[in-house]
Amino acid sequence: MTRPLVVRGGRVVDPTQRLDAVVDVLVADGHVAAVGAGLEAPEGALELDAAGMVVTPGLIDVHVHLREPGEEHKETIATGARAAAAGGFTAVCAMPNTDPVVDDPAGVGFVLRQAAAARAARVYPVGAISVGQKGEQLAAIGEMVEAGAVAITDDGHPVMDSGLMRMALEYAQAFDIPVADHPEDLGISRGGVMNEGLVSTRLGLRGKPNASEDVHIVRDLLLAEHTGGRIHLQHVSTAFGVEAIRQAKARGVWVTAEATPHHLLLTDEAVDGYDTNAKMNPPLRRPEDRDAVREGLRDGTLDVLATDHAPHHYDEKEAAFDDAPFGIVGLETALGLVYGHLVEGGLIDLATMVERMSCQPARAFGLPGGSLEPGSVGDVTVFDPAAEWTVDPATFRSKSRNTPFAGWTLKGRPVWTIVGGEVVYGAAGPEEG
Amino acid sequence: MNRTASSLGKDLVGLEHLSAQQLLTILDTAEPFKEISERRIKKVPVLRGKTIVNLFFEPSTRTRVSFEFAEKRLSADTVNISASGSSVVKGETLVDTARNLEAMKIDMVVIRHGASGAARFLAERIPSNVVNAGDGRHEHPTQALLDLLTIRDNFGRIEGLKVCIVGDILHSRVARSNIYGLLKLGAEVAVCGPPTLLPRGIEQLGVTVFKRIEEAIAWADVLNVLRLQLERMQAGFLPSLREYNQVWGVTSRRLEEAEKEILILHPGPMNRGVEIDSDVADGPHSVILDQVTNGVAVRMAVLYLLAGGEPERAEDAKQGGEA
Repeated sequence: MTRPLVVRGGRVVDPTQRLDAVVDVLVADGHVAAVGAGLEAPEGALELDAAGMVVTPGLIDVHVHLREPGEEHKETIATGARAAAAGGFTAVCAMPNTDPVVDDPAGVGFVLRQAAAARAARVYPVGAISVGQKGEQLAAIGEMVEAGAVAITDDGHPVMDSGLMRMALEYAQAFDIPVADHPEDLGISRGGVMNEGLVSTRLGLRGKPNASEDVHIVRDLLLAEHTGGRIHLQHVSTAFGVEAIRQAKARGVWVTAEATPHHLLLTDEAVDGYDTNAKMNPPLRRPEDRDAVREGLRDGTLDVLATDHAPHHYDEKEAAFDDAPFGIVGLETALGLVYGHLVEGGLIDLATMVERMSCQPARAFGLPGGSLEPGSVGDVTVFDPAAEWTVDPATFRSKSRNTPFAGWTLKGRPVWTIVGGEVVYGAAGPEEG
Repeated sequence: MNRTASSLGKDLVGLEHLSAQQLLTILDTAEPFKEISERRIKKVPVLRGKTIVNLFFEPSTRTRVSFEFAEKRLSADTVNISASGSSVVKGETLVDTARNLEAMKIDMVVIRHGASGAARFLAERIPSNVVNAGDGRHEHPTQALLDLLTIRDNFGRIEGLKVCIVGDILHSRVARSNIYGLLKLGAEVAVCGPPTLLPRGIEQLGVTVFKRIEEAIAWADVLNVLRLQLERMQAGFLPSLREYNQVWGVTSRRLEEAEKEILILHPGPMNRGVEIDSDVADGPHSVILDQVTNGVAVRMAVLYLLAGGEPERAEDAKQGGEA
């Protein structure tokens, strides 16, 4: 039995209770027991002095690649879960594009067992939409949900067959899970390694135009509208895509959508110099797209902030741009980027940040957490809003270092990450114990 | 010889970031080197004792041979490495190749690679001078320099000329280097080709876009006709070579309709009857073989300057001095 724990005297920000006040949070038996001023701690409780800190419902990243099974040289479920905890995340959703693909209940069970052994952030498996992510035949969706999958996606291998996507959106309704899609028409984007535009023309690199993403966003919205299904659009990067989602929401389509820190903060200019740490999919786009993604995050069109944490070994990124793999790590920089550059930068307030990084992700994927109401699961993030720090990839818990934010100055640093009432990151946690 | 003192910097990766003055320095330095190739004994000791590796990850005859002549006529010791066959040329090989070259203490590397950015990648990782002999679709600076020299030889100037690059602009490193070089030296530049082969945003580089060859011919003083890679058809960019020739081919019939004589360049190798007709390629306004001759002189100039040779002493160097 875990000791009860009191987070004492922090600024507690919980939009689900419209709460923003200096109060205490008591967690006992794995759940939030009470929130209030001057709480009396049960005997033997662990006291965490959070004066000057911000206390929020545990942050949740619904889009991470943990590479296990199959590419353990990049990341494992354990290192990924520890990186998540170090970044202030209490839960992550692991994408199924591993080797083998997580497309059956055995694969789901494997992820859950590895995650339990890690004793860090929670890891929720996401299953494949189609067998082997081949886009041909529906995977064992019901069995995977039974085993613990929280959503389905063919992320990394977009579903090109619109008929299959329609069936997934219909079939998944029996299990009350979202169908997450990486919207990309591979016919339009074929061979592309960055955004198509002036920079790609100058560098002589093949481009993925906005239209390759927009076509699939619109397709998915139409199919969700037609089927009444629940679509979750991953890492939206285009101005048109944001507007299409905004309009679909106004029509009542059941859609949630992600923004990533890199699409909020960078443009395709970052690729100049052939920096392979600026190579990801969807690519960094034009300033007007970045601004539209920001506005989408602000007004809630993009409800969820997700990192698309995509670790790659340094050897793989140390290559000509065409040859390097897509993706960057994100778990350990997200909070400092969002708080330091978007909250302090004036785009969103702290409550909106908590909405996008905790409450909405929990709702979109039907996960426990996202709230500190008594009775909620005891997942809490405590960070120091005054801490300025410089990104040094050598210090990452992740096995990989591939970030375009190396050397950036961030503000806001996780102090304690608490999962089910247990400190999994920070002093008094397992790392120091 | 001091590498950092080179008037070009350590490397020649592209023309995009060179100044007009640097471009003119290369062209002016090439002038005295032209004469060496006309001599009975075609050799000066300018780069004696220097080792140069010609590292070709893509098949090339013309460019590789041109560099090799330039190196040998400057008395450098050269080694050719061909890693053609695309399976061995990827990613990690390039890093390891760079490290191995570094360990062998060579002075210069001339690199041709299928990936855009490969020359810069190498240049950032080894202390030797790196010369880009073509990287993917990015740049082919010495080709553009020899084009500039050939145009200047014919008109006595580059400023104010109207130069149109014709063909597959999307995949062309020659086009990009030419655009940068010509614009910096004051030419007006246009591109012309099938819309499927015109890269997005190209007009933002400061060029005019023509979708039909007739418009280009009516406008231009110079046509630089690019090779159409036959695989573009298989990739679906074009219906057929026949149609390409009918719509975009540079033919004598079309040139006869122009009000002025147009200088014809082609970087080679030509597909006669596709992008250019034989009577144009072999006709009086074609300077295609002059380009080849100038290629050696321009590459000698680049190697000389990167090795720290002073532009104003190129004339002496040619008489037997070292750089």
